[in-house]
Amino acid sequence: MSIKLEHLNYIYSQGTAYEKRALNDVCLEIPHGEFVGIIGHTGSGKSTLIQHLNGLLRASSGELYYNGENIYREGYDMRKLRNEVGLVFQYPEHQLFEIDVLTDVCFGPKNQGLSPEESRERALEALRLVGLKEKYYQSSPFELSGGQKRRTAIAGVLAMRPKVLVLDEPTAGLDPKGRDDILDQIAYLHEKSDMTVILVSHSMEDIARYADRLIVMNKGAVMYNDEPKKVFEHYRELEEVGLAAPQVTYIMHDLVKRGMSVRTDVTTVAEAADEIMRTLVHHCTNS
Amino acid sequence: MIRDITIGQYYPAKSMIHRLDPRVKLVCTLLYLVSLFMFRSISGYLIATLFLAAVIRISRVPFSFIVRGLKPIVMLLMITVLFNLFLTRNGEVLFHAWIFTVTEGGLVTAVYMAVRLIYLIIGSSLMTFTTTPNELTDGIEALLHPLNKIHVPVHEVAMMMSIALRFIPILLEETDKIMKAQIARGADFESGNIIQRAKSMIPLLVPLFVSAFRRANDLAMAMEARCYRGGEGRTKMKPLRYKYRDYAAYIVMIAYVVLVVAVGRMLPLHVWIF
Ligand SMILES: Nc1ncnc2c1ncn2[C@@H]1O[C@H](COP(=O)(O)OP(=O)(O)OP(=O)(O)O)[C@@H](O)[C@H]1O
Ligand SMILES: [Mg+2]
Repeated sequence: MSIKLEHLNYIYSQGTAYEKRALNDVCLEIPHGEFVGIIGHTGSGKSTLIQHLNGLLRASSGELYYNGENIYREGYDMRKLRNEVGLVFQYPEHQLFEIDVLTDVCFGPKNQGLSPEESRERALEALRLVGLKEKYYQSSPFELSGGQKRRTAIAGVLAMRPKVLVLDEPTAGLDPKGRDDILDQIAYLHEKSDMTVILVSHSMEDIARYADRLIVMNKGAVMYNDEPKKVFEHYRELEEVGLAAPQVTYIMHDLVKRGMSVRTDVTTVAEAADEIMRTLVHHCTNS
Repeated sequence: MIRDITIGQYYPAKSMIHRLDPRVKLVCTLLYLVSLFMFRSISGYLIATLFLAAVIRISRVPFSFIVRGLKPIVMLLMITVLFNLFLTRNGEVLFHAWIFTVTEGGLVTAVYMAVRLIYLIIGSSLMTFTTTPNELTDGIEALLHPLNKIHVPVHEVAMMMSIALRFIPILLEETDKIMKAQIARGADFESGNIIQRAKSMIPLLVPLFVSAFRRANDLAMAMEARCYRGGEGRTKMKPLRYKYRDYAAYIVMIAYVVLVVAVGRMLPLHVWIF
């Protein structure tokens, strides 16, 4: 159970004056059950890349294997692929259209051929997961606030119970609490149901907190593909391509420069606090 | 799919034609279209063809790109040709079967009509290929400016046009995005009978309308916030000014029109159409 990309290239508007190379020889392997973060500056090809994962875009060249099967093979069942790989787009609230929230979330399950009762069941479950209050279930999706719309849209994909969940900047434009709520829920789902999660984000902090592995995109190519802490070691190179390591990385490096022997490969605030405490205690007991 | 429509699309390139003042291009295109109906002989067609070929060459728009723009009118072209072919009774009968009769005159008319239509389309799309929508509306506004005197709101009309033109690619992109998002949720836009298909458009059309209204609202607000209040007393950041090459283009165009009309009407190689 995995996704494998081999020498994937994608060119927008191929053969016209507007030709634009968006992906450049991308090779990746994403095993089942992993929580993968994708990061990269604006226009580095993240959205383009993830649209390949459920066959919405077809690579200009290269192959993509889902569970060992080439999805570009003649007669491959794209519908089945799209049932298993759920994709939440950037600004997904723009896709809402039904008369009320619950019906909108039912759209996906209904398309999967489930009965109305089952769809409803799944929709309710998904709405609970994203933490939308019950009083909104019957209101028009156009009356909700931005964050509530976002939750509804994410629920619309979750209700399809995908085996792989791909989220394109699900938290852009949300308040800090809303952001943490949604990401915590996704992390919880990931743990509970061993769903593969692929999260595109601009926030190094978020990625550091949740992801097992971090893919850094630069100009349509994969620049790094490693554990977050190993990637953050290259914070100088990251800065050169318009990114940054989490703030704690900088603090730790600064502390080392000033003579404190802390580890620099910590990525979250909690880890950093522990590490600093440990060093201080060690320091005190020694002297 | 939707992106394949090339009529009315700008083709970025660096060429003499691209640099011309939009007014020149508008006027010359109009003159060329009119000139196509001003001659009746084969020599006229030859000159019109050479002129068009030369302009295409100078504009650096690939010929294949221009031909692609002709695809949508193939149907129209066929109908015109067939009507002319079978309904014109003129000259020697070349072919007769049941109710269909093809005469020499009909054949000639059909071919000429097709050529004229094709040149008409190529001529006008050449203008849009080489002029950005903004330049185009600027040009139209400048040319129609005298109508202000009889209280035609020229500036407002031009503004509406440029906004409409600007929105076309935005809405296409939006359509593409929403379509993908719904396909990802299992929507199916392709199969089923006509009623099912119409129904399956709802998940696409509702968000599209909502977003169009939202964008229109935002734009109106943004214009208001920058104190936009119509054309009165408004000056341009880049006013249109004729340059040397624009006068040269006018002269070439006039020379062409005179030549094609004179030669087309007077040379003895006559093949009458009307
Ligand atoms: N529909 C399209 N047509 C043509 N070019 C496109 C299209 N969509 C994206 N591109 C181009 O492809 C490149 C990659 O775009 P993509 O949307 O994948 O970037 P991204 O990494 O998701 O950026 P962001 O962080 O802003 O979302 C960009 O340079 C963009 O200009
Ligand atoms: Mg993106």
